[in-house]
Amino acid sequence: MAECDGELNLSPFAISRASALLALGVVLAAVTAGFGPVLAMALYQSPARADPYLFQVVRFTLLQASLSAALSVAFAIPFARGLARRRFAGKDVLVNLLGLPLSLPAIVVVLGIVQIYGRQGWFGGVIEVYGLTGILLAHVFFNLPLAARILLGQLAAIPSESFRLGAQLGFRDRDVWTRIEWPQLARALPGVAILIFLLCTASFTVVLTLGGGPRATTLEVAIYQALRFDFDPPRAASLALIQLAICGSLVLLSYGFSPGAVGMPSLGRFASRYDGTSIAARMADGFAIAMALLLLLPPLLGITLPGLANLSIGSDLLPAAGTSLAIGLASALLAVLIVWPLAQLAARSHWWRRLTPLAMLLGLMVPPAVLATGWFIVLARFSTVSVPAAVLVVGMNALMALPFSYTALAPAVAVAAQRYDRLCSSLGLAGYRRMIVVDLAVLRQPLGLAFLMAAIVSLGDLTAIMLFGSQDFATLPSLIYRQMGTYRMASASGTALILTLFTFVLISLANRWSVADDKA
Amino acid sequence: MIRLEGVRFRFEDLEMRFDIDVPAGSFTAIIGPSGGGKSTLLSLIAGFEIPLSGHVTIADRDMAGLSPDQRPVSMIFQDNNVFAHLDLWQNVAIGISPGLRLSSGQQAMADEALRQVGLMALRHRKPGEVSGGERQRVAIARALVREKPILLLDEPFAALGPALRREMLDLVGNFRREKQLTVLMVTHQPEDARYAADYTAFLEGGRIVALRPTPELFGARDLPALAAYLGDWRN
Repeated sequence: MAECDGELNLSPFAISRASALLALGVVLAAVTAGFGPVLAMALYQSPARADPYLFQVVRFTLLQASLSAALSVAFAIPFARGLARRRFAGKDVLVNLLGLPLSLPAIVVVLGIVQIYGRQGWFGGVIEVYGLTGILLAHVFFNLPLAARILLGQLAAIPSESFRLGAQLGFRDRDVWTRIEWPQLARALPGVAILIFLLCTASFTVVLTLGGGPRATTLEVAIYQALRFDFDPPRAASLALIQLAICGSLVLLSYGFSPGAVGMPSLGRFASRYDGTSIAARMADGFAIAMALLLLLPPLLGITLPGLANLSIGSDLLPAAGTSLAIGLASALLAVLIVWPLAQLAARSHWWRRLTPLAMLLGLMVPPAVLATGWFIVLARFSTVSVPAAVLVVGMNALMALPFSYTALAPAVAVAAQRYDRLCSSLGLAGYRRMIVVDLAVLRQPLGLAFLMAAIVSLGDLTAIMLFGSQDFATLPSLIYRQMGTYRMASASGTALILTLFTFVLISLANRWSVADDKA
Repeated sequence: MIRLEGVRFRFEDLEMRFDIDVPAGSFTAIIGPSGGGKSTLLSLIAGFEIPLSGHVTIADRDMAGLSPDQRPVSMIFQDNNVFAHLDLWQNVAIGISPGLRLSSGQQAMADEALRQVGLMALRHRKPGEVSGGERQRVAIARALVREKPILLLDEPFAALGPALRREMLDLVGNFRREKQLTVLMVTHQPEDARYAADYTAFLEGGRIVALRPTPELFGARDLPALAAYLGDWRN
């Protein structure tokens, strides 16, 4: 990429530099307000009481995260290999569907799992959904497709010549695996495993709903309980500090591994394959694909079928839907407003290009429950006016969405900068006028995508609304949680289907807008 | 040596039909516009693509049903001829045994091939640590140890400068004489064909328009499509 750091370019972007600094300031202030008081309080009080409960929570957090990561990757490797090497009807659809689970609201998936495997479910009694098994099932449901998608991207990146060369040199399936496929997969595996471990460490909804008791509680949920039930900020702070240490070191660790592991690589055409022709190989691939489908399909059916049977507009549905939409729109707007100036500056300055992604990851590094703990403490001590809960939820959702929105927008902004900067400065187009005439027109799609990504995150969020919400302030996810908690499973299914439909509309729009528009 | 009779193939919108007879021991260049089926022709011979109909015969043996590794053919691609995680020596040795289990005699063979392409000193380097030309030399060395009578070159030197290209063509030319190889080379550089090839084929729109001794083809007055393709290159 051409460096456009010259003096020539600086003045037209003075405004964008100021707004980028402002955006970064907002992010840093929000994170510091969450992180600072936690640190202060945890350091101020006597060193974290190493009571058995704390130990057990930490142990379970790490146990379920490592098992989830190990299982997801273990299923994903043969699944991705089978997908890459076979051609069959519906393969494209299946590959596209891999992006779906992680975009679905977690509470909806949990409900789907309970509808299938719960005591009253179709396969009731096959497994115990409440406890470690259920948590692992849900986490594998989310992360197996994620891992498969990333690994599939790795396999699709193998040059077709490698397979041709292998065929010419008489490689058997085993040679193709050890010489071609495995070396390529191995590069991505540490990054994938750490990413999944991180996501499961910070997992809130799944553990809140399927866990329970000190034997199946994670730090994230324990923080929530300390804040909302025990009204014990110091305890929340010491839990938060441990959570921060775990997540922070994981994010830094994953930053050192392949950058491809975080984003969703686009899949090119799959190379022609000359291996895997034996019956044993066909059966192995078929088995791997069938196993993955067996894990993925039942919860999806558990979401749709009971929902369709119970679609009714209850009195609490409409207000919750309205709140969800309003919060989603507001936090998506906020996320885009923060990401836009930062992406603009990152496209033109080497220094900002390195700094900004790290700042965006802060939202992941500092888990929502930790942020909430800090915000609680700050508000309780310093705020004279009460800040509306909605503002807190919107702020937290925007923060959680930053990495996704940034990834959606930044590459396109960089391309546009490279393409049009010289032309614009030669025409004297700058600042606001340039934004209207050039940027908004050229970047319409990626901007929309950044907005949608944030809206999807916010629409499915249960963490922020559980931490700050109340009986009168509920979104669709928290309504589902409440309905499940009072065993109104039919109403919960109806609500979940509405939420799924909202999400689906956003996802299909996002899919359409994520196709690179080369005509621009 | 290599004979294609009524070989039909389809790729996207292009209907191809190839009839050609490449003389044994010759160095034949294939030139023609992009998208005309030059690489497909090589893939059909190597067995990476299967013809819809027709026969591919090599040394009077029908290739139908033979997988790429069963055909008496080595192929060098424009790029990605090496496995990035294996060192240069292993990349040659893998041409002898995919499991890299070599007898001492076979190890000596790999050493000798690397010596012949001038890479013995770099044998423990990874492909990422050597130049593009050196990576292509590795591919040539591997083709040497495989001892197949036919060498297919799919623009392997396209990314190299003129001097280096000649050097590579000389290297291939020497091996052809030494091992009595039949060489078929797709190229975009008419001067490469003129420099190295005894015969040149002109291929356009999925048909082999002409196959003649190289000087004769470049001097031909009866091929308007070739004249249009070459432009000023004729003289």
